[in-house]
Amino acid sequence: MSEMFFDAAPNATRVAPARPLPRDYPATKPGDVYLFGTCVVDLFYPEAGLDAIRLLEREGVRVHFPDQQSCCGQPAYTSGYTDEARAVARAQLALFERDYPLVVPSGSCAGMFRHHYPALFADDPVLLARAQALAERTFELAEFLLEVCRVQWRDQGPPVAVALHTSCSARREMNTHLHVRALLDRLDNVERREHDHESECCGFGGTFCVRMPEISGAMVANKVESLERSGAARMVTADGGCLMNISGAMEKRAAGMPSEHLASFLWRRTNPAAVSQ
Amino acid sequence: MNQAARIPAVELSSRQLKANAHEALNDAQLRTNMRTAMDSLIAKRLAVMPEAEREPLRELGNHVRARALSKLPELLERLEARLTANGVQVHWAETVEEANAVVLDIARRRRARAVIKGKSMVSEEMEMNEALEAEGIESLESDMGEYIIQLDHEKPTHIIMPAIHKNARQVAKLFEQHLGEPYTEDVDELIQTGRRVLRKKFLDADIGVSGVNFAIAETGTLLLVENEGNGRMSTTVPPVHIAVTGIEKVVENLRDVVPLLSLLTRSALGQPITTYVNMISGPRKAEERDGPEEVHLVLLDNGRSQAFMDAELRQTLNCIRCGACMNHCPVYTRIGGRAYGTVYPGPIGAIISPHLVGLENAPDHPSASSLCGACGEVCPVKIPIPDILRRLREENVKPPAAASAHPLRGQGSKYSPGERSLWRMWVRLYTSPRLYRAFSFALTRLRRLTPARLGPWTLNHAPPRPASRSLHELAREHLDHDRRGADR
Amino acid sequence: MSARERILAKLRSGLAGSIPRPDDFEPAVVTEPWRYPDRAARIERLVELMSAVQTRFERTTRADWPTRVLDLLEARGIDRLLVATGMAHGARLAAHIEGLAKAPSLFAYDRPIEAWKSELFDSVPASLTTTRGAIAATGSLILWPSADEPRLMSLVPPLHIALLEASRIQDNLHEVIETEGWAAGMPTNALLISGPSKTADIEQVLAYGAHGPAELVVVLLEDA
Repeated sequence: MSEMFFDAAPNATRVAPARPLPRDYPATKPGDVYLFGTCVVDLFYPEAGLDAIRLLEREGVRVHFPDQQSCCGQPAYTSGYTDEARAVARAQLALFERDYPLVVPSGSCAGMFRHHYPALFADDPVLLARAQALAERTFELAEFLLEVCRVQWRDQGPPVAVALHTSCSARREMNTHLHVRALLDRLDNVERREHDHESECCGFGGTFCVRMPEISGAMVANKVESLERSGAARMVTADGGCLMNISGAMEKRAAGMPSEHLASFLWRRTNPAAVSQ
Repeated sequence: MNQAARIPAVELSSRQLKANAHEALNDAQLRTNMRTAMDSLIAKRLAVMPEAEREPLRELGNHVRARALSKLPELLERLEARLTANGVQVHWAETVEEANAVVLDIARRRRARAVIKGKSMVSEEMEMNEALEAEGIESLESDMGEYIIQLDHEKPTHIIMPAIHKNARQVAKLFEQHLGEPYTEDVDELIQTGRRVLRKKFLDADIGVSGVNFAIAETGTLLLVENEGNGRMSTTVPPVHIAVTGIEKVVENLRDVVPLLSLLTRSALGQPITTYVNMISGPRKAEERDGPEEVHLVLLDNGRSQAFMDAELRQTLNCIRCGACMNHCPVYTRIGGRAYGTVYPGPIGAIISPHLVGLENAPDHPSASSLCGACGEVCPVKIPIPDILRRLREENVKPPAAASAHPLRGQGSKYSPGERSLWRMWVRLYTSPRLYRAFSFALTRLRRLTPARLGPWTLNHAPPRPASRSLHELAREHLDHDRRGADR
Repeated sequence: MSARERILAKLRSGLAGSIPRPDDFEPAVVTEPWRYPDRAARIERLVELMSAVQTRFERTTRADWPTRVLDLLEARGIDRLLVATGMAHGARLAAHIEGLAKAPSLFAYDRPIEAWKSELFDSVPASLTTTRGAIAATGSLILWPSADEPRLMSLVPPLHIALLEASRIQDNLHEVIETEGWAAGMPTNALLISGPSKTADIEQVLAYGAHGPAELVVVLLEDA
């Protein structure tokens, strides 16, 4: 929000942000973190959430999962139901009060905390200060593992070619595509296959996929085709929404490839017990 | 051509975006044409805009536009004063009807029978061709792309490349049908045909019409960019030149156009510059041998001042009409420009059209986006298009009672008490841990009962399959008690 | 109230309580990436960019240029050239062809357009104009058409030959505007020309000679 439209009219706003610059990361690994599970992971990919906890714990970090957490509010926010989004956001804001980093296994939800919470509470100085403080210590999971935990892994799995899909808001608000690529590139037996139109949206877009199902359907169909053309054996993504969209479309079309959340993939590749299972 | 041009263009309604999109999505030729064209435009832009140059330039471009808007009334007055001193006649129009009346007045006074037009999106807003044709005055487009679609009674589907949705085969058929030319798909031959036909028209035209890329207040200069030369023809050969532009197109100083020009041509076409940059500062002087005797500038509002009233929406007016947001938009790429049913399609169209025609006439436009952010990322003047789309969604679902004093026409046009109450339930669910626990318990335990058809979702997807236990449950089991609290 | 007054009043009310943004134009952004160390580098950049869009260069000298112009006209079988015979370069060319057995006829744009519109459009195969300079950064010629060299001279004939003195090539547009003080007084028409007329409106296939010249030849006087 530092980039204010100059003339200080009451509802001034920020300009389109440039690609986020590399941010400053804590020099030392913190002892405790919060995990925000996200609503999609909670009900559809809970194992991915648990794998995220395991990945963090293995780095010697104590993970706190406030039981009253629910959703970051993004679906309502992007649908234009700002008051409703704010009500849900306010409830989350109250749950992460200690000075622990907030780790989110989803780039778009992390982006919501980091970039949109301050906008949501712009009119309330008290909540705004809290939202800004939370934004400052919000990290996407891959970013946190790479830049804060500085993970040193040994790939335990067999050779595999994977395609990476990155959600758009994650890419443009959190640089998640760069972090995940770097993590995958540390796995010796994993070959990351680029696919055509890799930076293009999969068509999920929150409620967009049900409001404009035909357009969204055309987008996800093209995404599935691109992924197939890559020749990858698996697809990974760090975002539950895209995962649900792409894997659901693959299943419907009986096409594509097995797909999973990044956290599960990383845990499986680097944990001997999981590999042998 | 005379006869043909009087048949009104076939237009799709901007209120029917979803139905229009349905048709477009099923047009395999259109899908292929669009994808190929957009991929090529994306690659061209990238090739000439290395990041190290691009980001400081975008920043400067934004500053120049924001500064111009921050003193817009003053700059418009300065522009008018300078142009008037240079001998240009300046007209103001609040509506497209007023703007057409200005043009028709000039045409009548000059007893004009034929008008030749350079490319101008503002004249599309005005439907100037139709207004002139209704008075029996021929109005012919001279930009090759515009000429092609005028032959086919279409409207531009892209603001820079109006015929981007057509391939050479389609153009060949069109020329064969309407011009009686032998069928050829050779692009050079097709262009030579266009050149031959249109050169006659430049000679005979009584009035030339053009748009304006930048109107420079400091010097009273109208700057136009183009590759073909038809813009120079239209503004030089006929005895009268009428330029039409939106009130937002003014910049303060001559040097301000340097970054904007660089951003415009590279973002639009991947060219370091267009073939012609044409700077017009007045009509023909006594000693000069060509150029129009009269130059007019029509400054059109048509809803722009509505966007101007709100600092966030005002940024819409930063736009320099490069079309990069369209080229990078996954929705535009799939449905093409026609489906929007508005003069300006794509992301910029979705945020400008509500001011031009009212949100009630473009109710689905703000929603026709996954908010992927590609448009904001490439916008050369850094318009936060995704933020503005979201803001318009908010205005769109406002209950009528909450409609605010700010003058956005059509607020609440998508208000639905049913949807509003669904979101209220969503709030209750996600702010009440007890309710959420019960809900997630039910959803996970009854997962096998998930219906096979679930509204629009199952059009494109297999039915969603909830997990057997939620992360909340797994975490409760995995973590000790003191790591599950709210930590207050 | 007139439309003018209503529009301005509305815009003013939209700005109520705000202050105009100061002029924070940073020239370095539009100049630094587009600087060239010397004349040779400027020429190289100009030739590279303009050649990429099918502009032909005749690199020559003050002594030789008339011969080169005649050669290129002859190669194309052109026997008429529109040129400002009243200007120094026109007089020079006229003197050069005097006595030559075979030479094109030179004629000037010495009447108002209305007096010879269809002749200009239909039977002028080529023109020769001076230029005011050029811009290396974008590969552009600068023309300020005048009474002697009107606007359509560089647009209507299918072949446009432009004389350019190498010393007049500058780095970038900002430098041109500032050093030449353009803001103090613009001509009726100022032009940047960066190649022959072209279009990509059909399937993005590039075609030259859309409405203006199909061919642009820059006669570059390297010692001038």
